[in-house]
Amino acid sequence: MMRAFRTLVLRDTRLAIRVGGGAGMAVFFFLTVIAIVPLGIGPNLKLLAAIAPGMLWVALLLSALLTLDRLFQADYEDGSLDLLMTGALPLELVAAAKALSHWLTTGLPLVVAAPLLGLLLNLDTSAFGPLILAMLVGTPALSFLGSIGAALTVSVRRGGLLASLLVIPFYIPVLIFGVGAAGGGGVAVVPGAGSQSLLLLGAVALVSVVLGPVASAAALRANLR
Amino acid sequence: MAGMSELTASQRFQAFANPARFMALSERLLPFCAGLTAVLIAVGLYLALLDSPPDYQQGETVRIMYIHVPSAWLSMFGYMVMAAASATALIFRHPLADIAAKSAAPIGAAFTFLALVTGSLWGRPMWGTWWVWDARLTSMLILFFLYLGYMALWATIEEPVRAGRAAAVLALVGSINVPIIHYSVVWWNTLHQPASVFRIGGPAIATSMLMPLLVMALGFTLFFVTLLLVRMRAEILRRRVRVLRLARTER
Repeated sequence: MMRAFRTLVLRDTRLAIRVGGGAGMAVFFFLTVIAIVPLGIGPNLKLLAAIAPGMLWVALLLSALLTLDRLFQADYEDGSLDLLMTGALPLELVAAAKALSHWLTTGLPLVVAAPLLGLLLNLDTSAFGPLILAMLVGTPALSFLGSIGAALTVSVRRGGLLASLLVIPFYIPVLIFGVGAAGGGGVAVVPGAGSQSLLLLGAVALVSVVLGPVASAAALRANLR
Repeated sequence: MAGMSELTASQRFQAFANPARFMALSERLLPFCAGLTAVLIAVGLYLALLDSPPDYQQGETVRIMYIHVPSAWLSMFGYMVMAAASATALIFRHPLADIAAKSAAPIGAAFTFLALVTGSLWGRPMWGTWWVWDARLTSMLILFFLYLGYMALWATIEEPVRAGRAAAVLALVGSINVPIIHYSVVWWNTLHQPASVFRIGGPAIATSMLMPLLVMALGFTLFFVTLLLVRMRAEILRRRVRVLRLARTER
């Protein structure tokens, strides 16, 4: 069972890297969103530094949403999802493998790109450590919660927009705790709030790692009856 | 013995799964529900708008509360009904639960919208602004988004059974997430602005205000039940029409 899980993760990761339109596109989107922020609100470096953690998280969220339809859509269309359903691997683990590979090909590259984009927003270098840590903890939650939306809309043509609408409310705790742990959102006022945010972010991530696959599997069963 | 009673309980439960029986029962129930709703809301409105005293601080604007608070309660009550019906639909495959969940969503969304609008109307004279990013307001807005997403999912998936299952999964995931979202927003807000800006509740509410509020809340709840019954009946009829249409096109 472990081998099937690993094979599925490897397959999806390879597909995402080789087919194109996956990881690279999400990072590019992340970059463009961050690049248009100063254009929209003016090149005031102080203001940019103040909103940088929040903007980075919002852009990260949007980039993660953009790639959600990749999770199950292609496999649904060419029928491999039906094969995976009849296979020995429980559907929950299939969903977990797909969410994991989504994180490897979307969440991880975005986290790597985030400090660089922080420089564009004049983020203080001392804030890079907490930001990267918070994103590393929080991005799995984005992939695993996002898989629910992707699974719910798998049979809908161009369901990407609907999936985003369904998932955004669930992303709100990740956003709040993530920005808090990265030192934004007025957390500096309260001492120790950053580490508490990080712990709560970890809790949300762990809950979503459990909830995501179970709910995605239920949604896939509903859609593929 | 225990097995016997369990069996009869489940049989009774299944008996209500028959849409024809539901239609007959709801037809008899509806006039009572509607009449009682009208009486309660009429009495409640009289008590709230004419009989109760104006607040010594808020003046006449306090009367908005008699609409606002019951709407806010029912917006949450509606989500609970929806989640419970969704769980019943998923676990027991009860055909009416599916319809109940679908019918409850727009009513709950409407009450959420009403709570947001009346809150905003009240906030303008009291706080001097239409909107505050307060924890309660924000989580109410997110609840509204959850309702809209649920309805959008129903609307996009063509086949009712498939749409029902998917929407039920969404409602249940939402019901697990609602507390998490609520507390995260509270956390966010308490960091953002101290609670000293305004206080919800304040001193314990006087009985002269509590009575109309309770009557209105009861009236709104019955209004919810009435609308739910009407919508469920309409949904059953709509599905019958759909089946008939499909049968005709196949012929």
